Amino acid sequence: MLSQKTKDTLLGPLNANNPVVVQILGICSALAVTVQLKPALVMGIAVTIIVAMANVIVSLIRNTIPMRVRIIVQLVVVAALVTLVSEVLKAFAYDVAMQLSVYLGLIITNCILMGRLEAFAMTNKPWDSFLDGLGNGLGYAIILVIVAVVRELLGSGQLLGFQIIPQSFYNAGYENNGMMLMPAMALILVGCVIWVHRSINDKEGK
Amino acid sequence: MEHALSLFMRSIFADNMIFAYFLGMCSYLAVSKNVKTSAGLGVAVTFVLIVTLPVNYLLQTKVLDPLNLGYLSFILFIAVIAAIVQLVEMIVEKFSPSLYASLGIFLPLIAVNCAIMGGSLFMQQRIGLPDADPKAITGLFDAFVYALGSGIGWFMAIVCLAGIREKMEYNDVPKPLQGLGITFITVGLMALAFMCFSGLNI
Repeated sequence: MLSQKTKDTLLGPLNANNPVVVQILGICSALAVTVQLKPALVMGIAVTIIVAMANVIVSLIRNTIPMRVRIIVQLVVVAALVTLVSEVLKAFAYDVAMQLSVYLGLIITNCILMGRLEAFAMTNKPWDSFLDGLGNGLGYAIILVIVAVVRELLGSGQLLGFQIIPQSFYNAGYENNGMMLMPAMALILVGCVIWVHRSINDKEGK
Repeated sequence: MEHALSLFMRSIFADNMIFAYFLGMCSYLAVSKNVKTSAGLGVAVTFVLIVTLPVNYLLQTKVLDPLNLGYLSFILFIAVIAAIVQLVEMIVEKFSPSLYASLGIFLPLIAVNCAIMGGSLFMQQRIGLPDADPKAITGLFDAFVYALGSGIGWFMAIVCLAGIREKMEYNDVPKPLQGLGITFITVGLMALAFMCFSGLNI
């Protein structure tokens, strides 16, 4: 259905060329919103939409942007989109918007956006740019979800607010790992994700 | 005065940009390979923070709030930051070409450094806090103090990490963990150490 090239554009960022663990983009928010699964999911979706849209818009106007002021133009496009998304979230999902707090606004300075706009949208057609944005957004969301699942499950025994670890475990002496809720564990977990990702990909490479 | 001092100490230690909020991680991880370059970047970030944050504070309290244009704050803040970064870039290029060369691509990227934008956004949140709250920013001076503290905190974090990474060059790290993986875990351990400041009160 899709040609090999478009497939690579869409699926590459999910694993082999993942924006977070391989390209090291957008780490800040990836670490900060992963205490629970729900904000992580919302953040992943928000970033995916914004990257895809921003890629399309910048790609459409790429031939008219003067090289010297391109960063400002890109920032304004992204800032406008982020403002839209943040107003929508405040209207329909106020509690999640409050949980994300400044990190929603910080999507503007998320390196994934600037990185993809610079590296891809400035030189490619709108449709390819859309797929690239979609792929990168999803690649980012996957890492967020993995880290958030581990942190919420081990840290508070819940997923999306539902109790997963049964009460009988607590009665038998099991305790939630409070460490998982600390900022430090997010860093260490991402470190471990990178470790696993690299060791698997190295084996495939051989 | 007491409030300002408390705000200053908190923003360096308890509310450290890197260890408590993960702001400015991208350049933090990429530039921390040696102490000299990272100190240069730390100074640049601190400088941009103490210029942009008071400017954004004035914009927020004198322009956006009275006119009820709060939703424009993202666009306005990022424009101010981008303009000031451009200015800093020209100054550094003129007065210290060697620093300019070693900072390379990361100087223009300060514009999209989350620590700068994050500082302004936190400032925006803190304006609304009651005066007695130790985190509240009640005036221009507070905004300046908060920017200075956050900048110094960031500077300290990046220089510490660069020092550790210079030493780690000689360590035998498992291959898939080399480079980025071990850096993340190091930062995680540093963040653990910084957590002991979290109850700090003056």
